Amino acid sequence: MGKVAIIGVGQSAFVRGYEGSIRELAFEAFKDAMSDAKIANSDIGATVICSAPEYDKQRSPAGVIAEYCGLTPQPTFYAETLCSSSSTGLKLAYSLVASGLHDSVMVLGFQKMSEISSAESQERMGRGADIQWESPFGTMMPAYYAMYARAYLNHYGVTEEDLALIRVKAATYGQINEKAVYRKGVELQQCLTADPVASPLKVMDCCANADGSSCVIVASEQKVKDLGVKKPVWIMGVGAASAPVNMAGRDLFTGLRVAQMAGQQAYKMAGIGPKDINVAEVHDCFTIAEMMAYENLGFAEPGQGKELIRAKATYREGHIPVNVDGGLLSKGHPIGATGGSQIRTVVLQLRGEAGAMQVKDPQFGLVHNIGGVGLYGNVTILGR
Amino acid sequence: MAGKEKKEKDLRFKKFGTVSFTAVTKVNDFIDKLEAGQVSGTRCKKCGLAFFPPRADCHQCLTSDMEWFPVTGTGKLVTYSQLMYAPVGFNEDLPYAIAVLDYGDYKVFGRIGNVPLEELTIGMAMKTEVNRLPGGQINYVFNRP
Ligand SMILES: [Zn+2]
Repeated sequence: MGKVAIIGVGQSAFVRGYEGSIRELAFEAFKDAMSDAKIANSDIGATVICSAPEYDKQRSPAGVIAEYCGLTPQPTFYAETLCSSSSTGLKLAYSLVASGLHDSVMVLGFQKMSEISSAESQERMGRGADIQWESPFGTMMPAYYAMYARAYLNHYGVTEEDLALIRVKAATYGQINEKAVYRKGVELQQCLTADPVASPLKVMDCCANADGSSCVIVASEQKVKDLGVKKPVWIMGVGAASAPVNMAGRDLFTGLRVAQMAGQQAYKMAGIGPKDINVAEVHDCFTIAEMMAYENLGFAEPGQGKELIRAKATYREGHIPVNVDGGLLSKGHPIGATGGSQIRTVVLQLRGEAGAMQVKDPQFGLVHNIGGVGLYGNVTILGR
Repeated sequence: MAGKEKKEKDLRFKKFGTVSFTAVTKVNDFIDKLEAGQVSGTRCKKCGLAFFPPRADCHQCLTSDMEWFPVTGTGKLVTYSQLMYAPVGFNEDLPYAIAVLDYGDYKVFGRIGNVPLEELTIGMAMKTEVNRLPGGQINYVFNRP
């Protein structure tokens, strides 16, 4: 298969209550990525539009958005894997280009979570997992991750304070990311005394909801040459896996199998290992999720993730900087846009264009994006 | 209009839990068994694979020849969490805890019954019991053996 590069990235500001429609929201990231890539609409061979449809009033948003962005009559596809929709979109785009079917494909992720009322959103939240066998007990997303947190803390003797350290780190970088929804600093005590949501997780352990969009443009090696792209970032490895929805079907509660499997696939394809990664974006929808990601991706041995955060090894100056753009916790989590935003951060890092968030001279970057509660796992490895 | 009577829909599963989001399923007998005091899974008659929650079809054998088995004895508490917020329709139940029990051959996801949160320890033995809810609804919960 041919090599595939990322030649343009874009993102809207992540905000609460975006004042515009979904097509206008998507256009913000589209415009940003097109200005970044400096290409014409006709250079895009196809689009993959990504969102979680339970938040959309528009049926089949792909066509509406492709039209608004001037990307008709090219084919458009719609991809959905909950919170990892745009990582799935990137894998599809990669395949479309690597197969030779298209020489350039755009992945456009968006979510206007405020499109529906908070009552509607509350009602949907109850249907987040297995609606036949779990939802009748009154389940919510935080409670599922909280069950992982309870098992993890108990098994490895990790404390709620260790989890809080992850939130403090996220807030450190949310303050310097102009596109983040949560721009305030967070003190350790503030995390520990925050109201409980689902034990042992508290308000500060949970990510910030936001409206937002992201855009990633991929192209074949030939197209990169034809366009004269100065700093292509290559897609070196893509991994993806799925797991049983119902918790009763899971065999591990101290980590996510889908992350382990997707990671192994991506490392193998890229021909590198965890030690080679210089910067990473992981899916920290809750603090526990980042802790497990350290271990599932091989940055730390099982149970040793706490040592990374205690030693600040995942800060910008550490040996494996993670989520130095604020992560989902502070930058925000507009479901369908999240994966593309993570990809964008790593691309900017590899190009040396991450501004105040820039880590020192990274060669390889990794993106870990999870859909649902470890239902879908996606890991992407990028290199210069 | 003899012979034209509408066949009544089997909506038994509407009774499952505080709010059920499913009405029609091929494993509706689960509800009758609950009403009779028994929490049950299904087992494939061909390969013997045990399923909880129960399924109508075995993905290994592609057969729908299944038999019911009762969830008996105790399972080990794998993990739990107490919710302080609830989705629409569950506010009256707050606070409540959800949990997973491991029975070896299968696991069961459900709610903690009458055991206070501070008395729960991971690994403790618990049993799965039928629990009646207001309005004729029914589910199952985990209690001390
Ligand atoms: Zn079978």
